[in-house]
This record gives sequence, C-alpha cells and structure tokens, in this order.
Amino acid sequence: MKDVREALMVGRNSEGKLVRRPLSPHLQVYKPQISSATSIFHRITGVALSAGTILLVAWLVAAASGDAAFSVVQAIFASWIGQLVLFGFTLALFYHFCNGIRHLSWDAGKGFELPDMHRSGRLVIGAAILLTVAFWAVAYIVG
Amino acid sequence: MAEFSLPANSKIGEGKTYKAPAGAKRVKAFKVYRWNADDGKNPVMDTYEVDLDKCGPMVLDAIIKIKNEIDSTLTFRRSCREGICGSCAMNIDGTNTLACLKPIADVQGEVRITPLPHMPVVRDLVPDLNQPYAQLRSIEPWLQAETAPPPDAERLQSKEERAEIDGLWECILCFCCSTSCPSYWWNGDRYLGPAVLLQAYRWIADSRDEATGKRLDALEDPFKLYRCHTIMNCTQTCPKGLNPAKAIGKIKQLMLERQG
Repeated sequence: MKDVREALMVGRNSEGKLVRRPLSPHLQVYKPQISSATSIFHRITGVALSAGTILLVAWLVAAASGDAAFSVVQAIFASWIGQLVLFGFTLALFYHFCNGIRHLSWDAGKGFELPDMHRSGRLVIGAAILLTVAFWAVAYIVG
Repeated sequence: MAEFSLPANSKIGEGKTYKAPAGAKRVKAFKVYRWNADDGKNPVMDTYEVDLDKCGPMVLDAIIKIKNEIDSTLTFRRSCREGICGSCAMNIDGTNTLACLKPIADVQGEVRITPLPHMPVVRDLVPDLNQPYAQLRSIEPWLQAETAPPPDAERLQSKEERAEIDGLWECILCFCCSTSCPSYWWNGDRYLGPAVLLQAYRWIADSRDEATGKRLDALEDPFKLYRCHTIMNCTQTCPKGLNPAKAIGKIKQLMLERQG
C-alpha cells in the first residue's frame, strides 16, 4: 500500500511549478533519551532472543542425537566466543524480562508519570545488568 | 514503513555563516534549517551569530531578531510568544518544543533548530501539518450527545467529572508529541499519533459526551491506536507538561474493559 503522506511531499515553487519537498530530519537530529532508548533496546533484545533461541534448539538437538554431536556443541558453547554470545543472550533475556514487567505495569495503567518512567527505566537497566552478572557468577561458581 | 535515513533530496548541507557584529560580547551561534522551493537545492544549515546582550531570553526572541535584523528570508510560524498558540513548535537542540518557552540559556553550545521531525517541509522551519489535522478531524473532536440539553441550562458536570478532563483540555495542538514519536514517523499514514489520541481521549473522558462506544469502535484498529508502543517520547517532550502516553494507555484499558 502506498503511503498517503506521499501526496503532501509535493509542493509548488513561486512560479507554480511542482517541486518535491524535503522530509524534515528525524533520527538524524532527535536526541536519544531514556524513553526511546529503553524502547528500542526492548525491540532489539526481543529480536536477539528469537535468534538466540536457535542456540537452545541446537543444544537440545545435539543432546538428542548423541555424545559426539553434544560434545561438539558443548565445545563451541564453552569457547570464549560461545561464552560471549551466551552472556549477550542472558543479558538480552534479563533486560527483555525486566522491561516486559515495566510494560505490563503500563498496560495496567501505572507508571506513566515522567519521574516514575525515568526511575523504572533506570531500574530496568540496573536490574538487567545485576541479574546477568549474578547469573554468571553463580554459573561459574557452581559449574 | 520505517526508513531510517533521509531521502536524497532531504540530506542537509552546510549553509552560510552570518558573523556577529564587531564588539559583541556574548555571542551565541544558531544553526537553523533552511529550505525553499525556488532555488532547487537541498536543505542547508545556516549559522547566525547573535549578540545575546541585545536579545530576549527565549529561542523565539533570537529567531525573531534574526529575521528582523540579519536575514529577513528566514521563515517560521509564531503568534502568541507565550506558549498558548502552539505555532512555534520546532526541534531545538534535539527535542521538540515551543521556541517561545525554550530559554536560550538551556542550550549548551550552538543552538541547532530544525522543523518538527519527519514532516514535509513547506519552507525553512514550517512543516506541512495537513496529515495530523486530517487525523484530528477523523476523531470528530466535538461533544456528541443523543439526549437533549436542559432547556434552561448548560449540560452540567460534577467537580469530579470535570477533573477527568484536566491534563487533556490544555493541549494546544502544537504536534511536538506526534512528531517526536518514532512510531508516528514510520506509520504516521495510519497511526493517529499521540496528539490526536489525547484529543480522542479528551472526548471519551468527558462525562457530557455520549458517543464513547462509537469513538472506541473507530479506534479499534491495529494501526490507529495500537501502533503506540509506549515509547513515551511524547510525554517526555510535551511543552505543556501533558501526558499523551497516559491518555493512550487509558484508551487501551477501556478497549480491554469493554471486551469483558
């Protein structure tokens, strides 16, 4: 479907000739702030989680297909790059989880005032980092 | 559709610099977006150096001074110069606000001024607002009632009922909020945007209005209402301190409640 706003992109110059109007700058000039930052991170981590789920599936499939396959996948996951990816996956998971709770509270009509929104945004970022670090600390101590 | 970069004809170049007069002590640079339909060129940022000792405190004072004394071709909308008409809405230092309510002293370094974001530019700082105005018409922003009003009086409200529309009626339709919303940038052809949805809720919340069901029916749409993802740039930027995100949240709650 064609964007109806296209019609407004056409203007006239002083001689009455049609000219194409420019689109005013948006992402190029708009300051990132906690409102938009937490929102775009929510979307990015959502996409990352979908992709990351493939890792989980790979691990399960390998486990189901036998020792050889499983040890290959385990070796990849245990390598530094594998650990880094898994760390990113858990960070995305905890962020998306915490910010998801923030969205649930908005859906329930709470937390819309600006100071609350700023506080909950900082809280979500802090909690996600803290939970991720705690998760890996426990994993390394136990594992 | 989301297009993150500007079209080729909208990319912004470097423009002219107008130096401050000799002897000016407190000089502030204003970088202002310029485009006109006649020279066939892309938009540019012109730099105007203004002597703050001879200028009022607000950004609007500065651009009026520029127009009066430095470059009369600079084009922008303004009327009341006190935050009640909504004409001088523009992007100043990276956020949308009213030039008349934005103190120059709030901006560190040079003051960058561009039109309201992701809008067709008519000239310089004047965006084409036909799209949001058409969307405002679509929500029928007037009182609708089946029952006749009392023959000898106005339709009355209790104090509590009247309080329900506080924070809604104050909106001056400057569209700072709608044009701060990434969702409105990408889907503004079908998403109504925060300003218009706040107006929609203003009539839903009014105890004298009897068309709530019809109004909710009209908003029950994946795009008109539900492109709001609670980004909250709208509330963050509103120069009148209103909360469009909250109003939209209330509409979504009413949608759920009536589904039972």
